[in-house]
Amino acid sequence: MAAWTDIFVLGLVLSNFRLLASSRLTVMIETMVLQAFALTAILLTLADRPWPLRLIVLSLVTLAVKGALLPWLLRRTMRAADVRREIEPFIGYNVSILAGIAILGLGFLIVQPLKATVVPGSASLLPGALFTTLTGLLIIVSRRKALAQVVGYLAMENGIYAFGAALVVKEPMLVEMGVLLDVFVAVFVMGITIYQINREFDHIDTDRLSELKD
Amino acid sequence: MTMEMVLSSLLVLTIGAVACLFSGGCAKRASGLGVAVSVAGALLAVWPAVGVLWTGRSVALRLPWQVPFGSFHIAVDPLAALFIVMISLVSALAAIYGMGYLEACANRKHLGVTWCFFNLLQASMLLIVLSRNGLLFVMAWEGMSLTSFFLVMFEHEKQAVRDAGWTYLTAAHLGAACLLALFVLLGGTDGSLDFDRLAAPSGPLMAGILFVLAVLGFGAKAGFVPLHVWLPEAHPAAPSHVSAVMSGVMIETGIYGLVRITLLLGPPPLWWGWALLIIGATSGILGVLYALAQHDLKRLLAYSSVENIGIVCMALGLWLLGVAARKPELAALGLMGGLLHLCNHAIFKSLLFLGAGAVKHGAHTLAIDRLGGLQKKMPHTALAFLIGAAAICGFPPLNGFVGELFIYMGAFGAVTHAAGNGTLAVAGMIALLALSVIGALAAACFTKVYGIVFSGAPRSANALGAAEPPRSMRHPMTVLAGLCLLLGIGAPIGAALVSPVAAQLLGESAAVAAIVSVRPWLVALSLGGGFIAALTALLAVLRRRLHHGRSIARGPTWDCGYVAPTARMQYTASSFAWPIIDMMRWMIRPRVEACVDHGYFPRQAYLATHSADFFRQRLFVPLFRAVATVSNSLHWLQQGRNQLYVLYIAVTVLVLLVLKVR
Repeated sequence: MAAWTDIFVLGLVLSNFRLLASSRLTVMIETMVLQAFALTAILLTLADRPWPLRLIVLSLVTLAVKGALLPWLLRRTMRAADVRREIEPFIGYNVSILAGIAILGLGFLIVQPLKATVVPGSASLLPGALFTTLTGLLIIVSRRKALAQVVGYLAMENGIYAFGAALVVKEPMLVEMGVLLDVFVAVFVMGITIYQINREFDHIDTDRLSELKD
Repeated sequence: MTMEMVLSSLLVLTIGAVACLFSGGCAKRASGLGVAVSVAGALLAVWPAVGVLWTGRSVALRLPWQVPFGSFHIAVDPLAALFIVMISLVSALAAIYGMGYLEACANRKHLGVTWCFFNLLQASMLLIVLSRNGLLFVMAWEGMSLTSFFLVMFEHEKQAVRDAGWTYLTAAHLGAACLLALFVLLGGTDGSLDFDRLAAPSGPLMAGILFVLAVLGFGAKAGFVPLHVWLPEAHPAAPSHVSAVMSGVMIETGIYGLVRITLLLGPPPLWWGWALLIIGATSGILGVLYALAQHDLKRLLAYSSVENIGIVCMALGLWLLGVAARKPELAALGLMGGLLHLCNHAIFKSLLFLGAGAVKHGAHTLAIDRLGGLQKKMPHTALAFLIGAAAICGFPPLNGFVGELFIYMGAFGAVTHAAGNGTLAVAGMIALLALSVIGALAAACFTKVYGIVFSGAPRSANALGAAEPPRSMRHPMTVLAGLCLLLGIGAPIGAALVSPVAAQLLGESAAVAAIVSVRPWLVALSLGGGFIAALTALLAVLRRRLHHGRSIARGPTWDCGYVAPTARMQYTASSFAWPIIDMMRWMIRPRVEACVDHGYFPRQAYLATHSADFFRQRLFVPLFRAVATVSNSLHWLQQGRNQLYVLYIAVTVLVLLVLKVR
């Protein structure tokens, strides 16, 4: 099963690069759907077969929330705010990809000493999870549109989710359910906030909100 | 059975608090529910507490809790039971009073929220005295600070109230920070913060640090000088029934915490007692001096709380000195005197705050110089206030005297029986001097309050139009005034209330020795008080009989034979206190505006004094200004770009990760 896990982690990593490279928000949201599938697959391939019922339920809930509900919320917000693409990010797309490669390397370096504490399964899972988290952070830092930042936040949470799968594979239910609930509430609130920001200022460029500091 | 009732009291208060939120904006329903919950919670808690005081046996309950270091470990021992009785009594009476008091704001405030916080405050105070786990204690403490903060902010549309609220919140959290440090240092080796599993501090230095932290943390709540600055701001800002609870019992949880934690720190060295004695004497004298100089009734009462807490702190100092010097009788007298004075303070201070609220309700102002002659307009309130004022001055046969009697006896004992122990004699002398100075100044202070507010002629239209509050506000005052009399005339009752605590903390023999040495005085006090009460009742009956069937004429108050008296020909709050303030001006530094004509036919003269709090102006304002300057120099970090903020977090996390994992 380790080989399959590696393949799906690879998918996760590649999807992150797609996230870093794309300027269109629809593509970013689609990438979130892809990541949801990749995460579910990682979760399932890590567990022993036959899969226990709670794992199947968890996978289904993950797919439903991350793969359907959240993208739907994001698309709705996108339509309401009427934005299609990230126009001028603080860090360009090419530089973003180069930074992504650097982060991936850093991820492999950092997890070296952590290996001992990880359940056997996949060598690439931990660096992949770390890379996803840091990619999310990078997107939050480098993008101007609030919606792109929400996607970055989601990517970060996906990384944490994958961490959870790697570290607490015996009792994943509690951690993963907690993360799911967090993400759902956060995106819900952010959607409302973006809608309100857009209505108030006619744009969702977060850098132009800097006048709001006291 | 005890535990079940205490737990159900907590449960009733919490659930009831939430239920108050759903009263749908109907003020009557919210108030009714809030009062019912408060009274039910009080009754459920008082019954088992009295049982524990009666039998002297403690009951404990320990439930596991998922939180690290935490366990739901609660217990009722005599010390806790004493506080449970106080908290429940004062909270329930204040709640009944609050129903009428808040009626005036019913159509512009959502009262459900206020009552929710009131009930939660009561619950968190109960949990503080119940909890025997550091984490649970700190959480309850924080709950108490926050709920009382929201209660202070009741009239948050006023700038002054908001300022007072923030001052209070800052003070509460600086205190809480000390407590957090205290519990982190106290932490047991096995990762448990249960009070009975804590390791004794390693060495006298560590114990000393812990004691200082406890004094700072609990003193900020109790109001030791110079940490008292929030009291004169927060008490006037809060609604009167809330100030009654805050001043009557909430600040006393600080004393509770200090006693409870000191017990955990091992045998006290002599300097702990000295520290408390000096802090207490300073707080007492400065508190009463500042009280004397105030022109706002509730601000004055707030300073008077500082004074009374100072007296209690002094008594606790005698307790620790007695323990350190192995004089169990002195220790027991100090402890019992302190706790008894605390009980009495809970009763008369809440009575006085309720009285101040009645004045505010009737005359719509608390400025002493705008009141006067209220005795005729509000006879019931005036009588209750008079009893409270006499009690707080420590006049026999009222309850204030009984607690101070214990402390006096302890101090006298320290001076006379401390053969070969000069330290104790000096400590006793200091306590005696401070107590008598405080007593005299308190008498002056409350003579000023009663004289200017209730007697004389009305000084403004507000005072002229004052009216008695509704019955639901008068009865709680009657009950409290009755308790002042009961605990004064029935002095042995008070001694019986606190002797189980002394027996618990110091052993049966010490408590008995202390009681034996005071008993003749208590009996004499009871007999004398009973005689005075009987005589008063007899004279009252006689007077009524003589008045019966005759017409009674009412004339103007005190015109001194002058043909055209005006209300301005009376003492003002400034002028009454001036002789004493003038004498002590090196201590409290009032700002004086005076114009005195010393000729034979003076034309114009005036006197106005403003006593800003020295510690606020000279200590905390510069301190916080310095903190603000330092913080402002970091302002360049705040660019207003959330990308940058996330970058700060990301960089921090990455650096930590690399450092930790490397």
